[in-house]
Amino acid sequence: MSEQSVDLLTPVLTRNWGDERAWKLSNYERVGGYAALRKALKQTPDELVNLVKDAGLRGRGGAGFPTGMKWSFVPKDNPNPTYLVINADESEPGTCKDIPLMMASPHTLVEGAIISSYAIGAEHAFIYVRGEVLHVARRLQQAVREAYSAGYLGKNILGSGVNVDLVIHSGAGAYICGEETALLDSLEGLRGQPRLRPPFPAVAGLYASPTVINNVESIASVPCIVDNGKEWFSSMGTEKSKGMTIYSLSGHVKRPGQFEAPMGITLRQLLELAGGVRDGHKLKFWTPGGSSTPILTDEHLDLPLDYEGMAGAGSMLGTKALQIFDDTTSVVRTTLRWVEFYKHESCGKCTPCREGSWWLVQILLRLEAGEGVEGDIEKMLDLCDNIGGRSFCALADGAVACVTSAVRYFREEFEQAYHTPAWELFPYGRSALFASSKEGANA
Amino acid sequence: MTAADTSSEVTPRPDLVALTIDGIEVSVPKGTLIIRAAETAGVNIPRFCDHPLLDPVGACRQCLVDIPDAGNGRGFPKPQASCTMEVAPGMVVNTQVTSPVAKKAQEGMLEFLLMNHPLDCPICDKGGECPLQNQALSHGKAESRFEGVKRTFPKPINISSQILLDRERCVLCARCTRFSEQIAGDPFIALVERGALQQVGIYESEPFESYFSGNTIQICPVGALTSSIYRFRSRPFDLVSVPSIAEHDACGAAIRVDHRRGEVMRRLAGDDPEVNEEWITDRDRFAFRSARGTDRITTPLVRDGDTLRPASWPEAIDVAVAGLREAISGGAAQTARRGTDSASGRVGVLTGGRLTRENAYGYSKFARTVLNTNSIDFRSRPSSNEEAEFLAHAVAGTGLGVTNADLEQASTVLLVDFEPEDEAGTVFLRLRKANRKSGLKIWTVAPYLSRGSVKMGAGLVPTPPGAEAEVLGELPAEVELDAGSIILIGERAATVPGTLSAALGLAEQTGARLAWIPRRAGDRGAVEVGCLPGLLPGGRPVADASARVDVQAVWGSETLPGDDGLDAAGMLTAAAGGDFALVVAGVEPGDFADPDAVRTGLENASFVVSLEIRRSEVTDRADVVFPVALNEQQAGSFVNWEGREREFEAALPDKTTMNDLRVLAALADALGGDLGVRTPAAAAAEIAELDRWDGDRAAAPTSTISGSGDQDGAGDGELALATWRTMIDASRSNDGEDALLGTARRPVARVGVRTARDLGLGERVMVSTTAGQLELPLEVVPDMVNGVVWLPTNAPGFSVTENLRVLAGGTVSVNPLDSAEEEGEDK
Repeated sequence: MSEQSVDLLTPVLTRNWGDERAWKLSNYERVGGYAALRKALKQTPDELVNLVKDAGLRGRGGAGFPTGMKWSFVPKDNPNPTYLVINADESEPGTCKDIPLMMASPHTLVEGAIISSYAIGAEHAFIYVRGEVLHVARRLQQAVREAYSAGYLGKNILGSGVNVDLVIHSGAGAYICGEETALLDSLEGLRGQPRLRPPFPAVAGLYASPTVINNVESIASVPCIVDNGKEWFSSMGTEKSKGMTIYSLSGHVKRPGQFEAPMGITLRQLLELAGGVRDGHKLKFWTPGGSSTPILTDEHLDLPLDYEGMAGAGSMLGTKALQIFDDTTSVVRTTLRWVEFYKHESCGKCTPCREGSWWLVQILLRLEAGEGVEGDIEKMLDLCDNIGGRSFCALADGAVACVTSAVRYFREEFEQAYHTPAWELFPYGRSALFASSKEGANA
Repeated sequence: MTAADTSSEVTPRPDLVALTIDGIEVSVPKGTLIIRAAETAGVNIPRFCDHPLLDPVGACRQCLVDIPDAGNGRGFPKPQASCTMEVAPGMVVNTQVTSPVAKKAQEGMLEFLLMNHPLDCPICDKGGECPLQNQALSHGKAESRFEGVKRTFPKPINISSQILLDRERCVLCARCTRFSEQIAGDPFIALVERGALQQVGIYESEPFESYFSGNTIQICPVGALTSSIYRFRSRPFDLVSVPSIAEHDACGAAIRVDHRRGEVMRRLAGDDPEVNEEWITDRDRFAFRSARGTDRITTPLVRDGDTLRPASWPEAIDVAVAGLREAISGGAAQTARRGTDSASGRVGVLTGGRLTRENAYGYSKFARTVLNTNSIDFRSRPSSNEEAEFLAHAVAGTGLGVTNADLEQASTVLLVDFEPEDEAGTVFLRLRKANRKSGLKIWTVAPYLSRGSVKMGAGLVPTPPGAEAEVLGELPAEVELDAGSIILIGERAATVPGTLSAALGLAEQTGARLAWIPRRAGDRGAVEVGCLPGLLPGGRPVADASARVDVQAVWGSETLPGDDGLDAAGMLTAAAGGDFALVVAGVEPGDFADPDAVRTGLENASFVVSLEIRRSEVTDRADVVFPVALNEQQAGSFVNWEGREREFEAALPDKTTMNDLRVLAALADALGGDLGVRTPAAAAAEIAELDRWDGDRAAAPTSTISGSGDQDGAGDGELALATWRTMIDASRSNDGEDALLGTARRPVARVGVRTARDLGLGERVMVSTTAGQLELPLEVVPDMVNGVVWLPTNAPGFSVTENLRVLAGGTVSVNPLDSAEEEGEDK
């Protein structure tokens, strides 16, 4: 790794991840933790909202909606209490930034939650944690307990008169609960299915009260902005995508992991940081932000990884979960695996997602087996057209994004699937990162 | 719509929103959904999940339309569900008619919906009337491109004894689950699992036992929900449909009767926004075959010693005439002895509450003009003189009073001795809707908050049985009644002296409107046509000579009896004495306060003529029995609780059966009189001619409150009884409907927490009186008034009147059933 590329990193959220027991309150405080909270409590909520707005922080969950603007939508005259809900239901294939953050430094999130609650006038905040990651939930609960003991949570925080209660809520294992309105239903104890909008959560969210829903990383980014100021934050990144963020590299790279860098870094630079693609292989395709963002190829290596750069290439920044696939990978098989995921996770509420994903899987299974028939590609694309933008929520848009983008860049591979099984074209053992007896047999 | 609007009748309404749909400008009220605005432009957007009476859900995505301009100059990049979006001024909507995008989206949705849908239309109940089938033809592509494996489930599963679910036919529109949750308030079915395996499910321990479950079958847009009584019985296109009126309660719900080969196959809810909207109770839907058993009477019967033997009509009429003539002349002789100018004979008429208004009119006129008596009473249930006075004063001849729509607009509704869910299902749905949609405040004068009351969001005015009158006199301050309020009083109020008078007083004092809601379909009609001793048709008081003259003029009779007739109890007492004859229509002894007194009366009566459809305890004790037509075989009308006339035609006209009116006319002829009307139409015309009484109304009842006992002494196991009939009970009109009865609520005894503790009651209790006892499971309810136990009046196998010989407000003993329960006392 060259010196130059190391300079590209801007560890802020990840700064203390390597510290001894970084998740303990005392260790967090030793590196300046909760100083931002003391500073924030001296400001008015409106000042904090404006600070976050001016800093240019945009939602780190994928859509990139300006966080400060979302906060300012909370009606001031609503008689119901305001709630802050933090979306920690990180379940997208490839995405792995919030869970490491909460494991390594849960107090960063807790501190952000307290400041954000104060800023929007919420006395109750919830962290909705993906149900499968029990270890994360426990670590958060421990951190919350510590924060209560230290007077950072509860009544009259640090003598400021501000009250905030923070609840850790484990989900029950459904990708759809990452969709914010489904998350609210699930948090209320109902079956997680997306709600009709309007009313929007800012007006009638949790328990029909004004609710702000933010991603873990967005909220965790608030303390450093309070600490270092909006100029410091907006000095990083690109014109419209400010600040630093966590990029997660996985797949066929030498050193997978989280890399915190300013918005707008390129995949070429990140790959360098990660030691490049596996020896003897080259990049075939990649996702910018998890499986629901359309895939890109090696021709996109130098595009800035920010909201605009990715949108310009017909994809999305998403969760910055960069899944790297080298030339041993069958794009047909990869697409099938992703669509199988969406079929499994479709909540069933609306027709196109529920039925369409069921159908797509059947076509892709046929294609993987080399049993495709003439017209399957066109049919698949037409089904995608009937699913994407026709369904109740965005889950189905993600489900078809991988299909349409895979066909866009690798149509000939799908055509080969009319006669040759994917496992013959791309023996599966070769793309395995770790040898498994089952897949090795195919090699 | 380019024609200049020159009509001066059209006044611009400020709450209208103008938008363009498929190039057609339409104006609709603010808040209208696009899918319904399109209907005004003549465009039918296909839909499955959308239902005008359910909250929008946007699940099926069938109704996607293109919106190039949302009214703000900007359009939506993607097609939008027209069933969830409200119109906006200046909005431009392009449906499948003009937008290729919308058309393709809709075709795509139908292809998806059909993909996993079985092709079993030829054996599906819905085939031929199926929205999926219809819309696949009208809006779908001719061929499916699906070549894969369909999702399958094991064939139907019972979600109740009545409702079956074919999961693979289900398109997951959530109409049934939304109906159950939103309309009925019985969320016993819900969508479970996810993705394409999502399905309607029930809780393991709680089957789909709702009084309104059948509506889900009707609104199901596919054949996923079917009923066990209709499944595989018929094809929609083989059925003949006739609109009719339901006969199981006083709501007058519109129904559709579907018949084939002379037999009713099923009944559906009719669409009547004024009355039942699009919903009916399960009893109205599923209970229609009780007269198909072997006990249907098909020929006249005459007594031959201990048995009844079939007889010809002329013979039966001769026998009846002989018996009745003796009773009438006996009465005349008595009159002569007494020296009065007019007196009722030794004969009376019990009509029951199930007759059509026209048949009831026949009895009323027959009693007055042929039998020369005012002894006629429709009340085959606990009743009182106060009630008769109340009906004469406040109900008879008042026309359309409080309406269903009024309930929705009311400021407050106070329920007195009235459980809408059990006793008038349509009223229950209205009240629940009003509470849910606009927060209508409902109070109930009752011993506890029943499940129905909870579902209406009602507040409890805690009232031990028997104390209703006192409570009405001193309502808690939070029960605020004003001129916009409505008091709904049930027929059970008759059993507590002073209640009806107190309700009248309360209405007068607060300006609130009062409505009486009986249980039976024919009750209000019977009041209107004078099936009470003190009333002539149109609410005319018998005691008022000018009222009698009114009626005489129409009837062409020289005199009418002007004396006090006997009520039902009086007639039965007289009959028990032996010198009194009875003409009896649909009456069951078990419905009366004292069933044995009814039996004794019938047995000792000098002569009994019974007009019935089935063998009954009355026919068994009758001297002559005439078979009469079923409701489905005759035209007629019911007057519902609102005072609304609900006319219906014969669903299965049958010239070989005689209705009550025709039999009475024949008897009148044979007795040398003339009933003057022989058909329902003629009776209806005469009722219309009589019109409503416009003279002085009968005086209000002046009953004083008899102090109710202090109900606080629960220590010795003596509790005050609260009881009413549940909707699905042991009524004979539910006979043979095992699937329906399977959804009846489990009979339980309910007591409050303190009473249960004080008496050490466990899971089962013995409820007893000196007359008998009943064993029941116990249910402890939190808000039951102390010292009170509630029992269903007539659950299958558990009759309060037969087994305990006690009425609401009476005293019963409640004891733990066995020692096992006593051990749990300390808990």
